[in-house]
Amino acid sequence: MPVPSAADPERRLPVPGGGAHPAVPPAERFAARTAGMTASEIRALFAVASRPEVVSLAGGMPNLAALPLDALSVEVADLVAREGQVALQYGSAQGVPALREQICEVMRLEGVNADPNDVVVTVGSQMALDLVTRIYCDPGDVVLAEGPSYVGALGSFAAYQARVVHVAMDADGLIPEALRDALRTLGAQGITPKFLYTIPNFHNPAGVTLAVERRSEVLEICAEYGVAVIEDNPYGLLGFSGRVYPALRSMDPGVVYLGSFSKTFASGLRVGWALVPPAVRDRLVLAAESATLCPPSFNQMLVSRYLEGHDWRSQIKTFTEVYRDRRDALLSALETYLPEGCSWNVPDGGFYVWLTVPEGVDTKAMLPRAVTARVAYASGTGFYADGLGSRQLRLSYCYPTPERITEGVRRLAAVLEAELDVMRTFGSPVRSASPPPAVGRGPQTPSPDTA
Amino acid sequence: MTQNAPVSERTVAVLAGGLSHEREVSLRSGRRLAGALRAVGVTVREWDADAALIEHLRADPPDAVAIALHGGEGENGAIQAVLELLGVPFVGTAAPACRRAWDKPTAKAELARAGLDTPDWVALPHATFRELGARRVLDAMVERLGLPLMLKPDQGGSALGAQVVGTAEDLPAAMVSCLAYADTVLAERFVAGTEVAVSVVHDGPEPRALPPVEVDAKGGVYDYTARYTPGATTFHCPARLDAGLLEKLQETALAAHRLLGLRDLSRMDAVVDDEGRVQILEVNVSPGLTDTSLLPTAVDAAGRDLGELYAALVERAVERG
Ligand SMILES: Nc1ncnc2c1ncn2[C@@H]1O[C@H](COP(=O)(O)OP(=O)(O)OP(=O)(O)O)[C@@H](O)[C@H]1O
Ligand SMILES: Cc1ncc(COP(=O)(O)O)c(C=O)c1O
Ligand SMILES: [Mg+2]
Repeated sequence: MPVPSAADPERRLPVPGGGAHPAVPPAERFAARTAGMTASEIRALFAVASRPEVVSLAGGMPNLAALPLDALSVEVADLVAREGQVALQYGSAQGVPALREQICEVMRLEGVNADPNDVVVTVGSQMALDLVTRIYCDPGDVVLAEGPSYVGALGSFAAYQARVVHVAMDADGLIPEALRDALRTLGAQGITPKFLYTIPNFHNPAGVTLAVERRSEVLEICAEYGVAVIEDNPYGLLGFSGRVYPALRSMDPGVVYLGSFSKTFASGLRVGWALVPPAVRDRLVLAAESATLCPPSFNQMLVSRYLEGHDWRSQIKTFTEVYRDRRDALLSALETYLPEGCSWNVPDGGFYVWLTVPEGVDTKAMLPRAVTARVAYASGTGFYADGLGSRQLRLSYCYPTPERITEGVRRLAAVLEAELDVMRTFGSPVRSASPPPAVGRGPQTPSPDTA
Repeated sequence: MTQNAPVSERTVAVLAGGLSHEREVSLRSGRRLAGALRAVGVTVREWDADAALIEHLRADPPDAVAIALHGGEGENGAIQAVLELLGVPFVGTAAPACRRAWDKPTAKAELARAGLDTPDWVALPHATFRELGARRVLDAMVERLGLPLMLKPDQGGSALGAQVVGTAEDLPAAMVSCLAYADTVLAERFVAGTEVAVSVVHDGPEPRALPPVEVDAKGGVYDYTARYTPGATTFHCPARLDAGLLEKLQETALAAHRLLGLRDLSRMDAVVDDEGRVQILEVNVSPGLTDTSLLPTAVDAAGRDLGELYAALVERAVERG
C-alpha cells in the first residue's frame, strides 16, 4: 500500500474493509457555493438532543401523535391495490392534477382565489424555496428577509450565493417603515433586491404575525420598488384563536405563495406547493423537472385521499389544541423560572417562542452548558445571515409534552443563572459583535429530524 | 484486506454515542470501527452507553467491547470501571490510567515530572477567579504564559471550547465561552510549530509507534470544522520533518504511553516547536476513528488495516480476560 505523503496531496482516506480508496478532493475542487457546507461544532452539540435524557426545545418536528394511523393504513393499502399502477409511476412535473385542485380549496380558507394550473407541487415547501431562489437569484443578488428568518430559507439563499438583507420586525411582524428604509438604502447603492421573503403568519422563529393593516402596505412598498414577494405560509392554519389571516396572495395575485402539508398533516410525506403567477410558472416547472423529474406520485395521491376522505379541518383543530396547551406550558414556565432580564413574545399560533436573554449572554457560547444540563435550544445567530441574534434563542413547544417543556425551562433557567454567574466574575465582558466568518462554520441550528 | 477467510470470528460490541459534547464524533467513530471489524469477519453489535447497555452486555455477552465513545463518557475511566466490574474484556486502557490521562492538568503534571516537554500551563476553576478577582488572576496568567495563549477546558476533546486568545481584552469573553464546556479552565503557553499526532498500537509483542501524522489545517486552526470537514485539513504521513525528529516523536509517544500506564492503543497530540522540542498537548485513550481522524490515517499509512488491527487488540483483550 503506497504511503501518502506531501507529494500526494490527494490523501486517500482509509475505507472500512479496504476496497476502492476514494480521493479526498481538496476544498477548491468544490463549487464556491459549498463554502458554508462544513462540519459545525454547534450542529454537533445537537446530536444529544435525540437521547431521551435531553429535553429538546431546539427542533421543529410537528407532533404527529394525533394522526389517525389506522384509517391511514387502510388508505395506503387501498391506494396500492386500486391505483398502484399510477401511484408507483412517474407523474407530471407540476404535480397530480386532483391534488392541485384540492390545494386551491385549502388556500381558499385564506381568501386565495387560485387556478390549479398555477400550482406547482413540490417536495415540501423547502424545495419550492430552493427552486424559487434558483430561478430568481444569481450569485451576489440581494434578497430581503425578516430578521430573524427561517433557517432553511437562509440555507437556500446561501446555496445560491444570494446576499440577505434583514428587515426588522416588531410584535406586529415586519415593520413597513423598516422595509422602506432598507429599499431606499439599497436603491441609493443602485441595488434592487430580487424579492422579499416573508413569513406573515406565526413566524419561524419569531412567533409573530404580520398585522392585517400592514399587509397591503408591505405589498404596496414592494410594488413601488419593483420587488417580488415570496410569501411562505406553512403555519397559517395553525392559529390558536381559530382566526385565519388573509394571505398576501389574496390581496395581490403577483405574490409567490408557498404552502405545505408538513404542519397540517404529515411532514414525512414531503408534500408542499408553490402558487405562482403564470409568468413564473413555466420556469418553475422546468426547474422542478430538472431537480426531481416529478414530485412523488404516491405521496401526493395519499395526501389527496386524505383531503378527500378525512375531516382534515377537525384534525388541524386537534393539532392546534395540543400546540396551544404546550405553548401555555412554555409561557407559564418561562414566567415562573427565568431570571430577570429575559423577554419573549406570546405566539398566537405556530410552534415557536423567541426569547431574548439578559444583556451580554451569548446564546451560542452558552449552548454547551445547556447540553451538559440536558436541555437544548436553537441559538439566535442561526436565524440571521449577518451575525446578529447572539442574545436570542428559539424555543419550540411543538414536540415535547407540557411536563417535559416545564422541566426543560427549569433546566434552561439554571443554565442562564450559571452563565450569568460566570459573566459577573469576568465583568460581563462585551464581546465584539462577530461578523459571520468568511469561511463557513456550518449550520448553527439543529437538523430537521431533531425533535 | 480479507477477500478470503475471515481474520476473526469474535463477537465485539462497539460502544458509541453517549451524552457528551462529542456524541456526534463518537457515532462517526463507531460506525467506522464497526464497518472495519465486520469487514474482517467480526460479528459486531453497536450499542449506545445508555440505560440498556448493561442488560445488553448480560443478555448477549460479546467476546470483548471496543470503546468508540469520546468525551468523559468514554475517556474518564467510568465506562472502563463498569466493564471491569462486569468482568467484560475490553480494548483499551484500564480505568485508573484513563482517569489520569483524561484530566489534562493531571496528565501534563505527570509528563512534566518525567522530564517530557508540555506547554507551560495553569489550570483554575471558576471559583478561583470569582473569589480572588478575575482581573488579578488573569493578569498573573498572562504575565506567566504570555500572549497569545491557549484556553481550553481541563477535560474534553475535538477542540471543543479550545481557543487561541490574542489579546488581554479578549480574555474575559474567551473565559466565559470556555467555562460553558467545563468548570475548570486550562490555560497554556501557545506553541507555534508543526502539529503532529503519533499513534501507539500494541498489536505485537511490544507497543509500537505508527508514523507521525502532520496536521495542516487550511484555515490555520485545527478546530472542529477543520477536523470533520473532509478536505479542510491536509494530513501528511509521515510528517514533513527530518528523520531524527520523526524518530524522536515516536520515542516520545511510546514514553508517554508507558508513563501514563496506557494499554492497547493511544494517540499523542503534540506540537514540534521551532527548537525541535516535542511539546505534548495530551495523550488520548480513545482516539477518534472517523474518516478524517488521525489514528486511522496513521494505520493506513503504515499499511495496516484498521479492522485487522482492532481484531488483534480484541485478541489481547480476550486473553487478559
Ligand atoms: N498550547 C498550544 N499551543 C498551540 N496550539 C495548541 C495548544 N493547545 C492546543 N492547540 C491547538 O488546539 C487544538 C485543540 O487542542 P486540545 O488540546 O484542546 O485538543 P482536544 O480537544 O483534546 O482534541 P482531541 O479530540 O484531539 O483530543 C489542537 O489540535 C491544536 O491545534
Ligand atoms: C417557515 C418555514 N418554511 C418552510 C418550512 C419547510 O417545510 P416543508 O419543507 O416541510 O414543507 C418550514 C419548516 O419548518 C418553515 O418553518
Ligand atoms: Mg487532543
